[in-house]
Amino acid sequence: MNLLQTEDLVASYGDFQALFGVSLAIEQGETVAIIGANGAGKSTLLRTICGLLRSRHPTDVRFDGKPIGSLEPEQIIALGIAMVPEGRRPFPSLNVEDNLRMGAYCGRIGPWTLERIYTLFPNLAERRLAMSPTLSGGQQQMLAIGRALMANPKLLLCDELSLGLAPIVIRDIYAAMPGIRDEGTTILIVEQDIQRALRAANRVYCMQKGRVTLQGRPSALSRDQIKLAYFGV
Amino acid sequence: MYWINTIIQGALVGGLYALFATGLSLMFGVMRIINLAHGDFIVLSAYLAVVVINCIGVNPLVALAVVVPLMFGVGYLLQRGLLNFTMGSDILPPLLVTFGLSVVIQNVLLELFSADSRRLQLPWLETASVRIGDQLAIGLMPTSVFVVAVIVIGGIEFMLYRTDLGRAFRATSDDPDTARLYGVNNRNIYALATAIALAVVSIAGVLFGIRTIFDPTIGPARLLYAFEVVIIGGLGSLWGTLAGGIILGVAQAIGAAFDPSWDTLAGHVVFLVVLLFRPRGLFPKTFDP
Repeated sequence: MNLLQTEDLVASYGDFQALFGVSLAIEQGETVAIIGANGAGKSTLLRTICGLLRSRHPTDVRFDGKPIGSLEPEQIIALGIAMVPEGRRPFPSLNVEDNLRMGAYCGRIGPWTLERIYTLFPNLAERRLAMSPTLSGGQQQMLAIGRALMANPKLLLCDELSLGLAPIVIRDIYAAMPGIRDEGTTILIVEQDIQRALRAANRVYCMQKGRVTLQGRPSALSRDQIKLAYFGV
Repeated sequence: MYWINTIIQGALVGGLYALFATGLSLMFGVMRIINLAHGDFIVLSAYLAVVVINCIGVNPLVALAVVVPLMFGVGYLLQRGLLNFTMGSDILPPLLVTFGLSVVIQNVLLELFSADSRRLQLPWLETASVRIGDQLAIGLMPTSVFVVAVIVIGGIEFMLYRTDLGRAFRATSDDPDTARLYGVNNRNIYALATAIALAVVSIAGVLFGIRTIFDPTIGPARLLYAFEVVIIGGLGSLWGTLAGGIILGVAQAIGAAFDPSWDTLAGHVVFLVVLLFRPRGLFPKTFDP
């Protein structure tokens, strides 16, 4: 059975429709990347999966076989879907450790603890009492990932991990992914950086204008196929 | 000695003002709601104590055991059933709704209890005092109120900075959407914030009723004091709120020492001076990245 499945998923911001029938299926243990240009609907898709946006029908999104399309975000994380939001969004008046503890608020038990997060990201351990706005962009991204892991999710959603970060920092962040995957966590990454996405994922979906235009294993996709699916020209 | 006495009395009254302001500060801090009915909830609590005292014949301090949980429940239901629906990017709806509540509470109280002034009787505590030297006596009542204020503020600070619930309060205050992503039920957090705010308000209301006379229309003036205390102390810091209460209390006491009719005026002047030179208050804590 698929861990996450969307079927003909439609989502809108008010009158503006952003997703036009997106179907995808992710199995337990996979790392899947969604690539696409700005406005392709990648982030909208993640926001719909984690409950910040409502899907049209409750059964449009299924997790572990159960329909979750009508649930609130606070119910969805309790089931085991944690989101690393676009722009990282640390809680500015909380220090690093309190930010991480907020990830554990839903009370899910599992392998990830404060100590494990600090081992994964030693940078955070050094700055555990620092207020989050004083961190560098890369450290904030690590904090956002660590906070989501503290919820011990079955499925980790990562929205634009590389946005606004230096290449060397992006490399450090992606270096943490195998360690996360080894704990059995399924990962769904939204990424504009195509090369980065192809290297990190077992499987890639390409989106354009709210639709899936291409999917497959990175090794099976040619440059031209991706170019066509990405830009539509 | 006269001036020391004046300042001490003023500072002790400041404890009551800090209690007035704590609920207002908490609701604003967590939800960015300014509760214009805040003062009327102070008065409502005092009247609830009147009812409890009349019904079961206990003294006002025992009545607190009924009034505080009752107002906690009122706060929870008020937020869950009404104020949550007014919240959004626009700050105007909650202002209008709480303004409406203020009018409704005043008129219901007028209808039920008439415009007569009331007072909660607690004779032994009102008059008891400790003499320090020849010219200085500190009343047991104002001192108790001040101690209660310190305990209540300390308790809320502990909750905010040392518990999971408090962390969720702060996270929700920072970024409600992201807090929801990590399992925080906003509507419940908001309801708890208002519940705690009104529980504190009810303590303040009963102590206020023991200290002085009240009638259904005096709520808005208490709201004004609460505002001034929050602004003087600085937003987001409850110990700052206590300091703000003390400053307002001392200012009023010194004003009254010159001329009894100057007490409120002196408080307003100090408030304006703080607003002019330290618009963020004396001890601001809200974090600006």
